[in-house]
Amino acid sequence: MRRAGIALAAAALAAGVAHAEERAIPPGELKSGSAFIGSDLRALQNDDFANPGMLWVERGEKLWSEPAGRKKIACAGCHKDQSMRGVAAGYPKIDKASGKLLNLEDRINLCRTELMGAESLRYESEELLALTAYLARQSLGLPIAASIAGPARAHFEAGRASYHRRRGQMNLSCAHCHDVQWGKRLLSETISQGHPNAYPAYRMEWQTLGSLERRLRACLSGIRAEMLPYGSPEYLDLELYLAWRAQGLPIETPGVRR
Amino acid sequence: MKRRDFLAGAAALALPGAVLAQVDPLEDPLVRALAGGAPVRKGKVTLVLPQLADNGNSVPIRIAVDSPMTAADHVKSIHLYSERNPVPNMANFYLGPRAGKAEINSRVRLAGSQRVTAVAKLSDGSFWYDAAPIVVTLSACLDES
Amino acid sequence: MAARIQIPREARRGEVIEVRILIQHPMETGYRHDDVGHLIQRNVINVLSCRYNGVEVFRADLSSGISANPYVQFYTVAEASGDLEFTWADDEGQRGSERQAIVVKG
Repeated sequence: MRRAGIALAAAALAAGVAHAEERAIPPGELKSGSAFIGSDLRALQNDDFANPGMLWVERGEKLWSEPAGRKKIACAGCHKDQSMRGVAAGYPKIDKASGKLLNLEDRINLCRTELMGAESLRYESEELLALTAYLARQSLGLPIAASIAGPARAHFEAGRASYHRRRGQMNLSCAHCHDVQWGKRLLSETISQGHPNAYPAYRMEWQTLGSLERRLRACLSGIRAEMLPYGSPEYLDLELYLAWRAQGLPIETPGVRR
Repeated sequence: MKRRDFLAGAAALALPGAVLAQVDPLEDPLVRALAGGAPVRKGKVTLVLPQLADNGNSVPIRIAVDSPMTAADHVKSIHLYSERNPVPNMANFYLGPRAGKAEINSRVRLAGSQRVTAVAKLSDGSFWYDAAPIVVTLSACLDES
Repeated sequence: MAARIQIPREARRGEVIEVRILIQHPMETGYRHDDVGHLIQRNVINVLSCRYNGVEVFRADLSSGISANPYVQFYTVAEASGDLEFTWADDEGQRGSERQAIVVKG
């Protein structure tokens, strides 16, 4: 089964453009990153109290009800008793009004700037991490279900191209490690399939919670490639491709990772 | 045999003897200072650490002391020592009869493969210890990013 | 400083209950360097205390050897209804506190 996947990936790489819905890792073989960490870290992630990421989820819950901006509205003010369960599972998604692709961070900032008269929150700021963690947590256990239909299609294809592009001093693409070599050892660690389903995640290396974009930048740094600035369109396209690639994987936010 | 256990065993064999230095806790100057000349005996204390740390930045640790925790017979304090961390006295925990049970769980940083020692001071003035070895590949404090 | 406490809401008098606390704090070791190579100064929570209806039932001296976002779990005897109040301080003198109520029956 695995050889077929590798052959497909190799063919896709050779061809340059993969056939539309070809998946290097079939849905039945998808494994969350938590399958590739040790049992202690997995136990910590599953401990709803001791999981350090929950500190941000709790903060996000408070922020959700705090009025902000010129208009002094809280997120809860518009969303009232609306359950946010399932919302994060659909991201990144196209904003109907502007036609732009947004991730969760973008959506939160759009609400803040356009509807609350509040300032945008920086990537990796405590508030943005707390709100994204809180929202993603509302979709705990739900399968990732981002759409690549309509205007999202172009972003999906750009993300797929980005995922398969060789880059950096090591001249590697994401596919080389995460499609072809997942499960194998890299120094003392096991290579994961590279899914986004546990983000924002508490990474031991950071000793704090971090966004998916922070993790992508760490990957780029790892292969000695240029790290694009936070919010770059290429990251967003990649996030959509990663969501499609992980379609069906349950959300685990906040994940605990190395 | 699980792969992890095999790797832990292999790593333990591969490391030079000095790294998993069998420093007798009784010779550790910090432990001797704590005990103030009183004997420090092995027993009563159980220190639990994984054999192989997933990541040196956050290692789960449990220290339990066999004690009735009554006013007449209880654990006054538990002291944790590292033989390789830059700060050897990692933590001290102060209990007493109101604890009911002498057990602490926490998460610690470990800077490399080493032996960790837990020393308990009892209400009768006696000292007891346990030590546990652990293999750490990604060290806290040293392997920084 | 954000913190979470977990204790049972209710307990029987004399019951030994589990107390857990998780505090958001970087526990900066003093061994890390910033982007331009300067040493980031050490700042850790160095003392943590738990008072049960005003009486200290648990205290800990902590160091950089305790992980970031420190987690501590211990036990205490449920003696009377009231509050468990945690207080802590770090090297920079910042203090934090958090409390949780408990109902003790019997």
